Amino acid sequence: MATLVTTRREFLVGTGALVVSFSLTPGALAQTAGKKKPVAPTEVDTFLAIARDGTVTMYTGKVDIGTGIRAALPQMVAEELDVRLDRVKMVEGDTALTPDQGPTWGSLSIQIAGVQIRQAAATARKALIELAVQKLGMPSADLAVREGVVFVRAEPHRRVAYGDLIGDQDFNLKVDPAAPLKNPKDYTIVSQPVPRPDIPGKVTGTHTYMHDFRVPGMLHARVVRPPAIGATLERVDEASVRRIKGVKVVRQNDFLAVVAESEWAAVKAARALKATWSKWEGLPEPAKLWEHVRNTPVAKDDVAANVGNAKTAMAGAAKTLKATYDFAIHTHGSMGPACAVADVRDGKAEIWSPSQAPHWLKREVAVTLQMDPANVHIQYLDGAGCYGRNGHEDCTADAALISKLIGKPVRVQWSREDEHGWDPKGPPTLLELRAGLDAAGSVVAWESELWVPKADLTEWPRTLAATHARIPQKEAINPGNIHRNLDVSYPFPNQHSVAHRLASTPFRPSWIRTPGRMQNSYANEAFLDECAAAVGADPVEYRLRHLTDPRGIAVLRAAAMRANWQPRPAPNRDQSGPIAKGRGVAYVKYENTRTYVAGVAEVEVNKQTGAIRCTRFVVAHDCGLIINPDGVRAQVEGNIIQTVSRTLKEEVKWNRSRVTSVDWASYPILRFPEVPEVVIELINRLNEPPWGVGEPAACLPPPAISNAVFDAIGVRLRSVPYTPAKVKAALGAKA
Amino acid sequence: MVTLVVNGKSHRLDVEPDTPLLYVLRDNLGLHGPKFGCGLAQCGSCTVLMDGKAVRSCTFAVSKVGQGKIVTLEGLGTPAKPHPIQQAFIDEQAAQCGYCVNGMIMQTAAFLGARRNPSERDIRQALADNLCRCGTHQRIIAAVKRAAVLMGKGA
Repeated sequence: MATLVTTRREFLVGTGALVVSFSLTPGALAQTAGKKKPVAPTEVDTFLAIARDGTVTMYTGKVDIGTGIRAALPQMVAEELDVRLDRVKMVEGDTALTPDQGPTWGSLSIQIAGVQIRQAAATARKALIELAVQKLGMPSADLAVREGVVFVRAEPHRRVAYGDLIGDQDFNLKVDPAAPLKNPKDYTIVSQPVPRPDIPGKVTGTHTYMHDFRVPGMLHARVVRPPAIGATLERVDEASVRRIKGVKVVRQNDFLAVVAESEWAAVKAARALKATWSKWEGLPEPAKLWEHVRNTPVAKDDVAANVGNAKTAMAGAAKTLKATYDFAIHTHGSMGPACAVADVRDGKAEIWSPSQAPHWLKREVAVTLQMDPANVHIQYLDGAGCYGRNGHEDCTADAALISKLIGKPVRVQWSREDEHGWDPKGPPTLLELRAGLDAAGSVVAWESELWVPKADLTEWPRTLAATHARIPQKEAINPGNIHRNLDVSYPFPNQHSVAHRLASTPFRPSWIRTPGRMQNSYANEAFLDECAAAVGADPVEYRLRHLTDPRGIAVLRAAAMRANWQPRPAPNRDQSGPIAKGRGVAYVKYENTRTYVAGVAEVEVNKQTGAIRCTRFVVAHDCGLIINPDGVRAQVEGNIIQTVSRTLKEEVKWNRSRVTSVDWASYPILRFPEVPEVVIELINRLNEPPWGVGEPAACLPPPAISNAVFDAIGVRLRSVPYTPAKVKAALGAKA
Repeated sequence: MVTLVVNGKSHRLDVEPDTPLLYVLRDNLGLHGPKFGCGLAQCGSCTVLMDGKAVRSCTFAVSKVGQGKIVTLEGLGTPAKPHPIQQAFIDEQAAQCGYCVNGMIMQTAAFLGARRNPSERDIRQALADNLCRCGTHQRIIAAVKRAAVLMGKGA
């Protein structure tokens, strides 16, 4: 970072390094000037620095990908330290300055990273009080803290500020897991709605996104992708771009790129460059996808639940049901395509990336560059929302490799076709469920099978750059923990759930918001609705009948109440008229270990066209202690609206060679006129741990909408997306 | 050479005539409001105003601008002195990743420039060709409603 200090204007205009150095307090600078800032999660100085003026800098390896942790994490620190919120600055995602707290995924930023930082703040507060005891000559019981000033309760004029106690010095302390935390009843900052610090910059064009960042001497590059996923490059006709000014062709094996001084020249050259590629048709026939999935060899079976004896109970059940559910391949669909800047020279790599996982990406880039990870430095800058591992990481590897090959700093911005066509995909998901009901209609046996790709969980998806350049990298696929929530959120007496982890999957997989948990909850909660309908039970009452967890019962009741749910079985008896209305409920305990969510979807189904409109979606949400209620609401709204889009509209299209849904016309998403009203009921539990909110509510729309459509028109949708064609086919089959 | 009037300032620029306006604004003038989203005029992230009308700058060749007066997000207001629409987006916290928000605000500026007291249905229709992936729609609709009120009062 320091090596890039420059007075050149274009650098100062758009530089993220500048953003970072502004946010470094004198304290932090003193640390970096003297000795290396620690990044081990055992040290208080890893997470916190207090400057002489009292400014607190907090460091996190998590990054704000649009979720609002730039507001929420400082809230946790300000509360625990007793400083004003506007005195806390956050440094995020710089691999040299921040601890590796894992990728920003799995709804864990608050739950894991926030809790770690909070404990560091509690340790720091305790140490500051001890310093104040010496300074003020009073026992700690007689001291109190307000806005970063320790004072004697009885004589408030006797005071000392944090900045005077520790300003610009290291704490040199281990994080003390026993350091007392503030009593939640005394909270004044946590659980209060707080505006996000980045929004004024974002709405005025002054916030520095990755795409705005420039370094001196930087060239623009574009990667030229093969016309088929597995094609190899046979010949490049460099003369085909000679008429475009200042263009250079860069190639390593099947990795092909163009570099130019102007961005538009690079775009034009990438389009104009003539290259001959081998033929490749390795993708399954789209119409036979599910056959392909069933015929893929199983690498291993993961048993997600084994309670009682499901087989025996099923055999003895008064009534049995079975159904098959499938869920299409999805793309992340980030609004902005991936972008990165890399400067790889003299055995060192300086990288700027919008990746959700700078610390992990360091290792991947090191593999691509065939370099020691210690020589790779990554700084995070905001990209477009990623919702998992999208194209950011691959684009970063592209920029790094091109920079290494030409020895100059390079900026790569993907095209829309790159992002839709080449980001790793949410894999196709297939489920089969069977239930056995007793004479009273209750579930006594539950069996489920899931077909999803295996997960080499410690490995990342291979980078495109390394694959095409034929740089050695481990063969691995990783779609995330997609077996979670295959086990149901109900204590049925006999359960057996197994995930068949497949050895391969058609497209390079990765995780997309609520990976697996969404698909598994969809099948579980839609199938449970089938059970309720089979015995003529009200869907809410049927769930409550099986639930024993008081927090689960509370969210379900809260959602039903907010939706003004009147008990009756589905389907709705009145299905007359061209537009039929219905309602559907779903309930999930996320990963069966944390956040509780329940939702009610209200839909209108056009019986002529088969079009479904979700008009309203009610959510009740219990994530334990809420840090920023407005941030939680924003995340829940996003979960619902994005997932209504995925449920009703989205599916990747392909031919035998490549993805063909490479823009917004061929991969449509929900538009403003189609967006439901989202109604949210938050349950705040001050004395419970703070759990994640970025994903759990996204479990709800696929089952709740299927259930609502059944209520409206009496047909069961078991294939996401619920397109008009599928609705019409289902209506036709019923008639 | 091309002459462009952007945010009230005139610029003489040496750019290829087929360059989309977006690249000139971002790369030559260093403006960061308009964003590259698709390059296909499908998402709206790149929207700017030309003579008060919303234009997708990613597919609009700079040579076609002619005498048109361009306003970008930066031309509306600043963090210290935001335009009422920008203020409404701050008040409603109507951004998650914020990548689409330039388009939402510029489309709204064109819309509210021609329309007073819009209904929610009008607002949804006005923004139908602007895509948001984070699912911020509800807050954006609220922000446009708020902006309409602020501008009505302010005018």
